[in-house]
Amino acid sequence: MTYIAKPQLHHPSLPSNAIGLTRRDYEGRISTLCAGCGHDSISAAIVTACFELDLQPHRLAKLSGIGCSSKTPDYFLGQSHGFNAVHGRMPSVLTGANLANRDLVFLGVSGDGDTASIGIGQFVHSVRRGVNMCYIVENNGVYGLTKGQFSATSDKGSKSKRGAENTESGIDLVALALQLGATYVGRSFSGDKEQLVPLIKGALTHGGAAVLDVISPCVAFNNHAGSTKSFDYVREHNDAVNRLDVILGRTPIKTDYAPGEVRDVTQHDGSVLRLKKIAADYVATDRNAAAAYIQEHQAKGEIVTGLLYIDPEASDLHDRLGTTRVPLNALGTEDLTPGAQALARINAGLR
Amino acid sequence: MKATDISRPDYFHKVVDCQWACPAHTPVPEYIRLIADRKYTEAYLVNWKSNVFPGILGRTCDRPCEPACRRGRVEDEPVAICRLKRVAADNKDDFALWLPPIAPKNGKRIACIGAGPASLTVARDLAPLGYEIDVYDGDAKAGGMIRSQIPRFRLPEEVIDEEVGYVTALGPVMHLGEKIDSLKELLSKSYDAVFVGTGAPRGRDLNIPGRLEGSANIHIGIDWLSNVSFGHNDKVGKRVIVLGGGNTAMDCCRTARRLGGEDVKVIVRSGYEEMKASPWEKEDAIAEDIPILNFLVPKAFTHKDGKLTGVTFEKVKAVHDAGGRRTLVTTGEPDQHFECDDVLIAVGQENAFPWIERDIGLQFDKWDMPVVGEETMQSTLPHVFFGGDAAFGPKNIIWAVAHGHAAAISIDKFLNGEDVTERPAPGVTVISQKMGIHEWSYDNDPVNDPRYKVPHREKSISLKNMKAEVELGFDEITAFREAQRCLNCDVQTVFTAKVCIECDACVDICPTDCITFADNGDEAELRTRLKAPAANLTQDLYIADGLPTGRVMAKDEDVCLHCGLCAERCPTGAWDMQKYIINIAQAGSACRTRT
Repeated sequence: MTYIAKPQLHHPSLPSNAIGLTRRDYEGRISTLCAGCGHDSISAAIVTACFELDLQPHRLAKLSGIGCSSKTPDYFLGQSHGFNAVHGRMPSVLTGANLANRDLVFLGVSGDGDTASIGIGQFVHSVRRGVNMCYIVENNGVYGLTKGQFSATSDKGSKSKRGAENTESGIDLVALALQLGATYVGRSFSGDKEQLVPLIKGALTHGGAAVLDVISPCVAFNNHAGSTKSFDYVREHNDAVNRLDVILGRTPIKTDYAPGEVRDVTQHDGSVLRLKKIAADYVATDRNAAAAYIQEHQAKGEIVTGLLYIDPEASDLHDRLGTTRVPLNALGTEDLTPGAQALARINAGLR
Repeated sequence: MKATDISRPDYFHKVVDCQWACPAHTPVPEYIRLIADRKYTEAYLVNWKSNVFPGILGRTCDRPCEPACRRGRVEDEPVAICRLKRVAADNKDDFALWLPPIAPKNGKRIACIGAGPASLTVARDLAPLGYEIDVYDGDAKAGGMIRSQIPRFRLPEEVIDEEVGYVTALGPVMHLGEKIDSLKELLSKSYDAVFVGTGAPRGRDLNIPGRLEGSANIHIGIDWLSNVSFGHNDKVGKRVIVLGGGNTAMDCCRTARRLGGEDVKVIVRSGYEEMKASPWEKEDAIAEDIPILNFLVPKAFTHKDGKLTGVTFEKVKAVHDAGGRRTLVTTGEPDQHFECDDVLIAVGQENAFPWIERDIGLQFDKWDMPVVGEETMQSTLPHVFFGGDAAFGPKNIIWAVAHGHAAAISIDKFLNGEDVTERPAPGVTVISQKMGIHEWSYDNDPVNDPRYKVPHREKSISLKNMKAEVELGFDEITAFREAQRCLNCDVQTVFTAKVCIECDACVDICPTDCITFADNGDEAELRTRLKAPAANLTQDLYIADGLPTGRVMAKDEDVCLHCGLCAERCPTGAWDMQKYIINIAQAGSACRTRT
């Protein structure tokens, strides 16, 4: 059983982005996940998003914990920084890395077990603190690596592959993130890249804590009738509230939509999030309304997807702590060792 | 778009671009895999069955397969298909053991006129079936233009002898040195069928002033080559001008270099790019210090005291009219004169049938060409068939072979009282190549190697010896490496919509972005909506419907690497890699209508 590497030969018309890279340049090693895994689609969406954002691969750090989802950073952005943390501890490592070098783009990749079970405390606090990151949960509602037990995000009433019913309540990571003060909250589906790619682009350019709950069917253990995280179930119950376009600063903004249909939200970095409404009564900038809408529709068995909440005035942990603008590795000796006088001043301030 | 009917034999055949482009439909990927496996005799057999002259064609074919090769669309150059064929011929074991058994005589007699590739193919196909075959040719040895026109430094005589020998070993009676001067007379010998494979034997002349006066040193290219081939001519002047831009011109100039020509040039009317000669033949000529001068139209042969002194040319340029048609107009510059001792005229070939009486019921058209059925090769005299250059004008060896196969089928059907217009369908099988997880019965990992060059004999040696073959052929290691460049296009991506769960795994993994799941539309519009634009309209879209979401699967066949990753990453086996084998019908009981 050997894998061939993905051939380097590519389509002759494969385009390059503004920094001269092709989409293929953002790929990683070939996936060793089960064939058909939703996680691979998310990896492909991350590749496309980074390509379209003209991200320099070495300016991005990808971090993960343990699990199928946490293996995936090996399968994209082969030229970026990576860190594979202890189970559930990725948010802390990411927070530390972010504090040390605020100039990098931080991408946390985790799963429902890594985030909602063992790592839920870490997840909660990193969101609460507003760490500037794109935190993607590859959510399949099942423990695939240990052969298919219900996970903490399995819906109550969902059936396992062997027919057992889940009697415990599932954690809704979107509701949780809203409650914790995340400033960019989205939900999507691995089988819908048209929706997912712009959501990732928006999250990577957001400038605060961005959480994406991506439902990612486990073809081996959670893609059967009775599962609420199967391809068929998600397609049938998907209630997309809006469609997102991420417009980078240099792209001219066209206005060919009727008023009311479209809402442009400008982020700190100048990128514009263009939201095309699908659900007429959905307001993505109102945290409370969003939470109410999601719960109301969830109760009807619908899976609400799209950019569910955006705070254009987002701030992050650095803003609140008043940390230096300069990454620590770029600080000079003068800043790092300010001398006895400076120390005396600090000590005096604490008396 | 309507869903693709992959059970149509043509659909997957077109995906195997090389095989589709080959007039004889040689199963190229199949024999290339055999070469990589060092199964040279088997590779030779695959070739022999479809193109009869693998060793000859492996050196001289016009290679319609190579411009068609998919490899040329994903990187710079196609697989060296032609020269790999030669590797099979060079390294095979005793092939005589593999010749087909010969059925008892069936009492039917067939005459083949001409012993070139078309006639020999007819004999090869029909002799084993029990037909009694007489082959007539004016030359002393069989082979036709293969022997008379292709110089020895490109094609050694032993190779011709060997491969012609495999045909004659099947029992046709060779009447060599017996030129047929009258078809009427031959028909009176009550043959059951007659095949005319006499080629395009007349080289076109150039009737410009001075032609007559200089005639002692002005030669018709193909006749001159033939005289060299048969040893009637072994000298040429030091300064030679070759007129014409086709492959015959290239053979003439290179031959002249070997017979004492020191200052040999090729001079053509058109631009260098538009020359009819194959690019590699032009390169080989230039490599032998033969300049090719273009945009010069011969105006007159100059002569002094009854001896040729040179040729005068008018300088022209290409002008394109509004419709894009090109004409050559004078530049107005003074004419240019080149001195020379000999001129070789290679400006085209013509058919000539002075030996066919026009009152025997065989119709000729307004261009004085016989009226021949395009598929049946049958003339208006039902038991007379044509093939090769004699049928539709000058083409090449591989077309002659294809014609020979078609004529053999027609003759066989005709002599069994069947309708020759009912052509036998090919036999097609499609078999999964899956051996296990990540395991295929073919080498699915495409290599990145650029095309390997065939080594050439050192120029100083090859220019001195007419018989020293210039190309030395691939050695086994290089042949293996070149064979690995083949993308195995005959291993098809076969899609079963009803088990697809639309997980996108195939879309994500495909290295060339061939696969898209999208809403259906008409073809022109759908082609623009694919993951990578499908701009090559000569390549089909493979469409499958019946998916859970109501979308269609659209695969652009254009640059698929046949790497099988779609099938490896498919969780439900909706994609499978299946080898497509097409058996093009050949003469015999299987091609007759069953009753």
